[in-house]
Order: sequence, then structure tokens, then C-alpha cells
Amino acid sequence: MRPDHTLRLENVTIGELEQVSLTIASAEVVCLSGISGSGKSRLLRAVADLEDHGGRVFLGDIEQSQIAAHEWRRRVMLVPSESQWWSERVGDHFPDKAEVSGLSELGFDRQVMAWSVSRLSSGEKQRLALLRALAAAPQALLLDEPTANLDPETTETVERWLGSEIRERNMPVIWVAHDAGQIRRLADRAFYLNGHVLEAR
Amino acid sequence: MEVIDLAWWKLALAAVLLLLLALCSHLSRLGITRSLLIAGTRTAVQLFLIGLILEALFAAADLVWIVLMAFVMLLVAGREVMARQERRLSGGWAFGIGTGAMFLSSFTVTILTLTVVIGPQPWYSPQYAIPLLGMMLGNTMTGVALSLDRLTESVWRQRAVIENRLMMGQTWREAVGDIRRDAMRGGMIPSINAMAAAGIVSLPGMMTGQILAGSPPAVAVKYQILVMFTITVGTGFGALMAVSVGSRRLFDTRERLRLDRLV
Repeated sequence: MRPDHTLRLENVTIGELEQVSLTIASAEVVCLSGISGSGKSRLLRAVADLEDHGGRVFLGDIEQSQIAAHEWRRRVMLVPSESQWWSERVGDHFPDKAEVSGLSELGFDRQVMAWSVSRLSSGEKQRLALLRALAAAPQALLLDEPTANLDPETTETVERWLGSEIRERNMPVIWVAHDAGQIRRLADRAFYLNGHVLEAR
Repeated sequence: MEVIDLAWWKLALAAVLLLLLALCSHLSRLGITRSLLIAGTRTAVQLFLIGLILEALFAAADLVWIVLMAFVMLLVAGREVMARQERRLSGGWAFGIGTGAMFLSSFTVTILTLTVVIGPQPWYSPQYAIPLLGMMLGNTMTGVALSLDRLTESVWRQRAVIENRLMMGQTWREAVGDIRRDAMRGGMIPSINAMAAAGIVSLPGMMTGQILAGSPPAVAVKYQILVMFTITVGTGFGALMAVSVGSRRLFDTRERLRLDRLV
């Protein structure tokens, strides 16, 4: 039997957002949209435990506060819309001895690990941020507009690759997206943040 | 060798030279005339006052008064450390961390130097204790202020990087490790540079003063080496402590970056 990685939000309250309850099954993709400032990113930050918040979050039967914060974040991985690169080479940002899968699917070869981060384009950064997140073997994904800097063709490549990884790794996913077409292609369920209330679409 | 006392009129001559400089800078509109004059006056007044206090202290040689003096010096240095930080921890933490780090490092090293190395009778003889502590505090203050300022400023500027590292599952210690190292280095580099350049680029101030006051250079040199070593040790440990406690305070128990704790 596959391990249960259901992501469950119970009355999560952060900033203007109040009492958000949501259950995302393993391998389910929930898309989240809403005007900027409606609190989408902050909701993801609460789930990743990056900000003080009310309510409870569970991954399977483990509650957020039960395990060390860094261990929770490694399991419930947030990929921000603007990824940061703090070291000189791309490879320095990947977990040690990690099996990096998906390089060729996203248009890279192994050489990319030796690249200097200063020559990366914003689109390359965005794809590499996804690769390095998955290399840490998370059990749930929180994606904040992961294709915002990509052209339509690359966007669909990334969607196809992420979709198969999500199914294969059995991860629940909250995906912040704005493009109606993308939401239609990806979402098992979609929600719209309207005036700090979560509305099903 | 006799100590040549400085006659008042010779001191006045130096003051006239300073006034001359002030006049020149006023005429060439450098815009620093005011601060030059204020700083000059402060030097004279503050040093005369401390001279009076030291004379009284030396005459009394009472441990209580010396300890009191030492704590006044510590509190003034703590306030200075706090004032030198652009962004600082709120709620008394900036003052507390700076003062605590300076207290532990300067006082320990000064007392150790007095009791073990120099060994005057009694060990707290003010002629030795007060100048030594003053030099320790002055330098530790610079080191602690520099490293705390570098810490809070870098964390503020690199908050996105720190948070992204936390998102990747790094511990707070890993996420801020580069910044901590950099801040500690920043606090220690002035004393390392001073040691490296000592005697070649310039004669250190204390040694110069001692030689001018009539000490044989060989004795002055030994004291100078002692002072530079102890200053570096005090500054280094002070910066280490301040950065360790300060960086811990920037994260909470759930390893979240808490920039709201900075003002």
C-alpha cells in the first residue's frame, strides 16, 4: 500500500484569510487563483510554516507542530514564484548526492550543474527551482506560479513533466495559477480566493 | 627618564592650530567647521573630566569605586553599540546582546590579564585596570557594533534568500550560516588588520603615548603586544557571542525568519 500523504488544512488563519479548511488527496492537484493581495502566497507560507498562523495542518497523520520545522518544510516543499540562488554554481543548490531526475525532460543536461547562476535566465531559474525542489524528495508540493516566466510551449512541457512526477510520487499539490487554460489542464479541483473567502470553481 | 609635563601654553598652541584649520575649512566652505569645533571642544572637556575622575580614583584605589566606574564605561559602550546599528533588534535586545557580549569578553580578558599577566598589587590597581579595560571596551565595542550591524543589515537585505533556503528544508543555522560567518569576520577584521600593520605602517597610539611619557621603547613594545593580543581576543569573543545570540533571536522556535523583531 502506498503511504498516505493527504494534506489537510483545518481552519488555517493567516492575515486577512480566515478559517481555511481544505483536504488535498495524494496525487491531487488543487489550483488556487485570485487577484494579487488576496492572500494566496501567504496561505502557502502558512502551510509551509514560514509564518505564524492559526489552525492546524496535517500531512498524512503527522501534524505540522509535531516535527521539526525544517523537516516539515522538506516534506511540504514550497517553491516560490521568484526562486533565489545564493551560491556560485547551480549544483551547489541541489541536495548532496541527490538523484536529480527530469533534467532532460526540462531541456537541460548534466552540464547545467557546473553553470554559474549569474548566466541563468528567469525561465531557466524557474525550471531549475522545480528540479531542485523535487530532488529533495518532498511528499507534498506548494507551487506559487511555477510557470510565470515561461513561454507557452515550455509551460506545457513543464506541466506534462510535473503532472507525471506528481502521480508517480503520489504528492498532494496546491498550485497557484492565473491562466484559465492552465487551470483547466491541471486542476482536479479549483478554488478562487474572493474577499478572503475560498470559493470553489 | 623624566616625564616632561606639558605646559598649558603649549596645549593652547595646539588649540590655536585647530582653530586655524577650522578657519580654513570655513573659508573653503567644506561644511565641517561646526562639527570640527564641537568635536574639539568635546575632546578637551571629556578628557579633562576623565582626568579628574582618574586622579580621584587613583588616590582612593577602592575596589567599589573602580567597579562602579567599570560599569558606567560598560553601559556607555552598550548604548554606543546600539546606536551604531542601522537596523537593530527591538525590545532591549540590541542593548542587551551588545552589553552582555562586551561584559563577558572585555571583563574576563581584562581581569585575566590583570591577575595572571601583569600582576599589580592589588590586582585592581586603577592605574592598570581602568586604562586596560577602557582599551578593551573601546575596541570590543567597535567589533561588536560592526558585526551586529553587518548581521542585521545582511539578514534584512537577503531575507528572500534566507526564506528560500528554509523552504528547501535547511535549518535556520544553515540558512543564515554565510551571513553569520561574514558578520563575525566583519567584526574581527579591524583588529586583525591592526595587528598585521602594527609598527610598520604606524606606531600604535598607546605605545606612542607611553614613549612620549618617558617609558623605554622596549617596555612600551611589550605592553603594546600584550594590549593588541588581549584586544583581539576580547573583540573576537565579543563578536562571536553577539552574532550567535543575535542570529538566534532573528528566528523563532519554528525556525521562521522574524524580521518583525528588527526596528
